[in-house]
Amino acid sequence: MLKIEAVLQPSKLDAVKDALLEAGIEGMTILEARGHGRQKGHTEFYRGREYTVDLLPKVKIELVVTDDRKETAIQAIMGAARTGRIGDGKIFVSKIDEAIRIRNDERGESAL
Amino acid sequence: MRRCSCKLLVLPALFLPSVVALAQTPASPPATQAQISALQQQIQTAQMNADNAWMLVSAALVLLMTGPGLALFYGGLVRRKNILGTMMQSFAMMGLVTILWAICGYSFAFGHGNAFIGGFEHLFLRGVGLAPNPDYAPTIPEQTYMVYQLMFAIITPALITGAFAERMKFSAMAVFLSLWSLLVYSPMAHMVWGVGGLLNANGGHIPSLDFAGGTVVHITSGVSALVTALYLGKRLGYPHTAMPPHSMVLSFIGACLLWVGWFGFNAGSALGSGPLATSAFINTHFAAAAAAVGWTIAEWIHNGKPTALGAISGAVAGLVAITPASGFVQPFPALLIGLIAGAFCSFMVFKVKARFGYDDSLDAFGVHGAGGTLGALLTGLFATASINAAFGKGVPTGAIDGHWSQLLNQAAGVAISWGISIVGTLILLFVVDKVIGLRLAPEDEHEGLDLSQHGEEGYDLNG
Repeated sequence: MLKIEAVLQPSKLDAVKDALLEAGIEGMTILEARGHGRQKGHTEFYRGREYTVDLLPKVKIELVVTDDRKETAIQAIMGAARTGRIGDGKIFVSKIDEAIRIRNDERGESAL
Repeated sequence: MRRCSCKLLVLPALFLPSVVALAQTPASPPATQAQISALQQQIQTAQMNADNAWMLVSAALVLLMTGPGLALFYGGLVRRKNILGTMMQSFAMMGLVTILWAICGYSFAFGHGNAFIGGFEHLFLRGVGLAPNPDYAPTIPEQTYMVYQLMFAIITPALITGAFAERMKFSAMAVFLSLWSLLVYSPMAHMVWGVGGLLNANGGHIPSLDFAGGTVVHITSGVSALVTALYLGKRLGYPHTAMPPHSMVLSFIGACLLWVGWFGFNAGSALGSGPLATSAFINTHFAAAAAAVGWTIAEWIHNGKPTALGAISGAVAGLVAITPASGFVQPFPALLIGLIAGAFCSFMVFKVKARFGYDDSLDAFGVHGAGGTLGALLTGLFATASINAAFGKGVPTGAIDGHWSQLLNQAAGVAISWGISIVGTLILLFVVDKVIGLRLAPEDEHEGLDLSQHGEEGYDLNG
């Protein structure tokens, strides 16, 4: 089982969610985050002084999928989120040791 | 000097010729005489009730300026962790100043005393009843006058809180500002508006024109704010850390409440519902609008974008500047005063503050201190007896009437208000600091006022 974490532009959230659902992936957790990679911030004014806001709003999606679905998920995310510009985001993949359904204590891949 | 008392006599005077004619008619029966007297009494009562109605509404409007006007305006400008603490500072004034005013504040401000302070004549509001006090407002109960003035006494120290935002202990603030209202506000109010006051337009040694409190409210609070900001020092992390407003929405709402409430502040200072109130109302509105535009244009040129904060600050600056002038000037000079105030105060906030580096966090000095000073001087320039014959019928008031030396009197009033504010505030800060300690401990400042001082959070976004 693999955990896929994707940091995205907030405006791309709906498109990515729809793409994942269309690819048959239903379970996900969405978090509001702030951050940046190489993207520069934007400037705001306060009392006539300019300052840079470089912690930008982001959205993070976390999914846990079976190993065979990894590429499907990644392609779904990238297809929906890519604009070609700096700030599109990143995807990270890591291994998951265990998955448990709280409702009935189901374990392993069938819990996903 | 607020009202032109000659206006009171107009209505009964209209009846006087016919009454005299009737009285001179031979064999006018006593019953008719009695009826006429009763009617005259009714007319006078009706006019007094009209004045009282407007004054009670005005008092409510001025209180609205503090709560929630100022509370929201300041609250939105601070960081989220300090929202409740900031609002509590204004609210605390609503409670504490009221009690002190009732006990002795009103007496010190408006009781008979000397040129600098009233006495103990009205301690615990003794002698302040429902009959008018002809020294101040001959057509409304003195209690109306007292409660109206109370609302001014409440907002003045609340304005100072802007300068020490996010870094003063609640306990120290409560003590400091309560004492300030007795040591600085009441004496200043007495000097400008109290019977026998040094700066009273009506017979004072240095008659100065301050319709609704340019010196009494705005200069004292603004200058005291600067002194406090300098004494306390900057917020941790200022100026390298950006500390933008956490909610411009709240500040916007607060500013609009201030604008509307200011009609009570200025037009209510006519102490009646007659034409002078109309003058003050119009001047107030015109100045606010022109100043908002003035600041916005100045900022658009300076920064390339007009900000909401600039627009609302501009409006407040105009309202501050017109405050001393509101019942003395014509409408178009009021527009001009607003325009100048918008540009001038924006300059104070953008350039002067940055140049000297003091942390007047919410620009209490830049807007109230500077705007009040400007307004007091421009009042001397634009005051005209055609709007308000404050010095007597036919006597010129301001420079445009030809009375150029009024500018000197205005300057004297400005200097005295600066002086008493600086000295009074420094003494109080020093004393309170030694006894209680003024500034938050660094860890409390990091945690924020809400948690450290009040054990509360302003927003529970997960709730």
